[in-house]
Amino acid sequence: MLLHSYGFAQSSRWVVQPNGKIPSIKQAIALAEAGDTILVKPGIYREGNILIDKSLVLIGENKPIIDAAFKHEVITVRARHVNISGFKIINSSVASMHDPAGIGAEEADFLIVRKNEFYGTFFGIHISNSHHITVADNTLKALMRSDHETGNGIHLWQCSNAVIKNNFIHGHRDGIYFEFVTNSVIDGNVSEGNLRYGLHFMFSNDDDYTNNIFKDNGAGVAVMYTKNVKMVNNRFEKNWGPSAYGLLLKDIRDSFVENNLFDQNTIGIYMEGTSRTSFKNNVFSKNGWAIKLQASCDDNIFSENNFQSNTFDMVTNGTMVLNTISHNYWDKYQGYDLNRDGIGDIPFRPVNLYAMIVERIPTAVLLWRSFLVFLLDRAERIMPAVTPENLKDDFPRMKPYDFNL
Amino acid sequence: MPRIIKYVFYDILRTRFILLYTMFLLLSTIAMFQLDTDSSKVILSLMNVVLMVVPLVSVVFTTIHFYNSYEFIELMLAQPVNRPVIFLGEYFAVALSLCFAFTAGVGIPMVMYGAGMQGFTLLYSGLMLTLVFVSLAFLSSVLTRDKAKAIGVALLFWFYFSLIYDGLLMWIIYSFSDYPLEKATLVLVSLNPIDLARILMLLQLDISALMGYTGAFYKDFFGSSLGVIFSTSVLTIWILLPVVIALQIFKRKDL
Repeated sequence: MLLHSYGFAQSSRWVVQPNGKIPSIKQAIALAEAGDTILVKPGIYREGNILIDKSLVLIGENKPIIDAAFKHEVITVRARHVNISGFKIINSSVASMHDPAGIGAEEADFLIVRKNEFYGTFFGIHISNSHHITVADNTLKALMRSDHETGNGIHLWQCSNAVIKNNFIHGHRDGIYFEFVTNSVIDGNVSEGNLRYGLHFMFSNDDDYTNNIFKDNGAGVAVMYTKNVKMVNNRFEKNWGPSAYGLLLKDIRDSFVENNLFDQNTIGIYMEGTSRTSFKNNVFSKNGWAIKLQASCDDNIFSENNFQSNTFDMVTNGTMVLNTISHNYWDKYQGYDLNRDGIGDIPFRPVNLYAMIVERIPTAVLLWRSFLVFLLDRAERIMPAVTPENLKDDFPRMKPYDFNL
Repeated sequence: MPRIIKYVFYDILRTRFILLYTMFLLLSTIAMFQLDTDSSKVILSLMNVVLMVVPLVSVVFTTIHFYNSYEFIELMLAQPVNRPVIFLGEYFAVALSLCFAFTAGVGIPMVMYGAGMQGFTLLYSGLMLTLVFVSLAFLSSVLTRDKAKAIGVALLFWFYFSLIYDGLLMWIIYSFSDYPLEKATLVLVSLNPIDLARILMLLQLDISALMGYTGAFYKDFFGSSLGVIFSTSVLTIWILLPVVIALQIFKRKDL
């Protein structure tokens, strides 16, 4: 026992240098034993696929480049306790059968991937069946090929206790992809300009994602088939297009959407089959539709949100209302506050007639803000016939909340 | 012609209506900017003014002015001046004074409070609509000798373009909702100057919602230089066509 710990402390350090004693990373890995550190000096390393099959720490000095020349997966990890930091990892192959990546890891518990740059990789970081992993401070840029030739930025499958922090992802299919990942944190990442979702999230319970920016993605962010997810302090911006959502919620329950900013999305939040979820202290501004609430949602609470400069605040496809909406600020509210308690005296109905018409006939959006539509809306407000009578905020705020998002 | 424009211009100033119109626009714009800190919300309110009030005022004022200066026109015709000169002199004087009123009334507060691209689009569409409806009013004025009738026709133009046409458009959209209508609606929208101006504003104010339906089609089209040329030339046709027809009628008209 004593001997063993002594041996471990004696872990040696290998230096890889293009013209040095050990010129290749592969050679260093072969020489090293579990627990050793490999320091890689600056240079370009073209070694095909690099397999790490023991617990090693790989540190790049001044971003050495590891290039797989579009022929292989760049680094493959098949061991626990591996740390890969400070590399520039480029040009993986493209194949849809076995998903080659910049770093592909399987059964690699306690993996750490930090401060690397990925460029022109199919998948950026592909991790499966691993627990207690950290992916932080990486930059991932894909080559913006067509949809099927581009993989996901950070792809996690069947993991737990993962920390995905402060990464920048651009041009991949999905920026961050989570499937069967539990008890994990996604924090401070920027995911923008991805072809499909900024964050794609399925069957992943008990996760938090906080302080992220999702911008200009083909379809925004999707969170599906899951429960107990905390979505706090994120920014969902400029997700434009016929099926682009700031946030798409599908079959999810017992979750929190708080302190987020939804700005200039075609649809701020689209929700379907969502239950017992709280939407609080969010700002919805300049969206086409702030919220599309399908009738399959129940027991959700929308309170203390700001709705400002949206084309339509809310739209739904049924007349049953099983959700609570209260104490929000709506810039379209035209009521009064006689007792001066900051709460309007007459309820606000966020669904207007024309939003319902556009929901059925999308082309009709072209007539929005015409005099005709103005008259129709006024008539509907006096005698509601199409809009759901009970979908209303009984305590609309007179002034916007000061959230400083 | 410049002398005729000058006389008509003085005449218009004497009635003080133009001054009142300018003051109304100026005060309401300033009031809106004062009440609301969000400039895009102000632009939104101003857009209703531009799409409703500006055409209405242009059309009514022009028609009334034309009939009030009937004696002046008859007097001028007794002089050795040919008819197009008199007619176009009248047209330019009225159009310029209304454009001036609009620019001063809406433009000055915008520059004061700063409104950017949205404000510029609004100003542009307001000016174009003013010219279009002055033209239409001249057309309705030469169509009949009766002042009341001419005002009626002018109001009908206004009513048609701001309400009836949209009703028809909605009916078409409703009936053909199963078909892809992007290009068809683009043509239909161009057939109504008010709608065209409104779409230009929608692209500034509701771009997120518009992207939902047309994808990038409308944005790409109107955002490109081709789109700018297209919308400007369509509006120019809307300005020129009624004036040219009116001029032809006026030339042969028995006053």
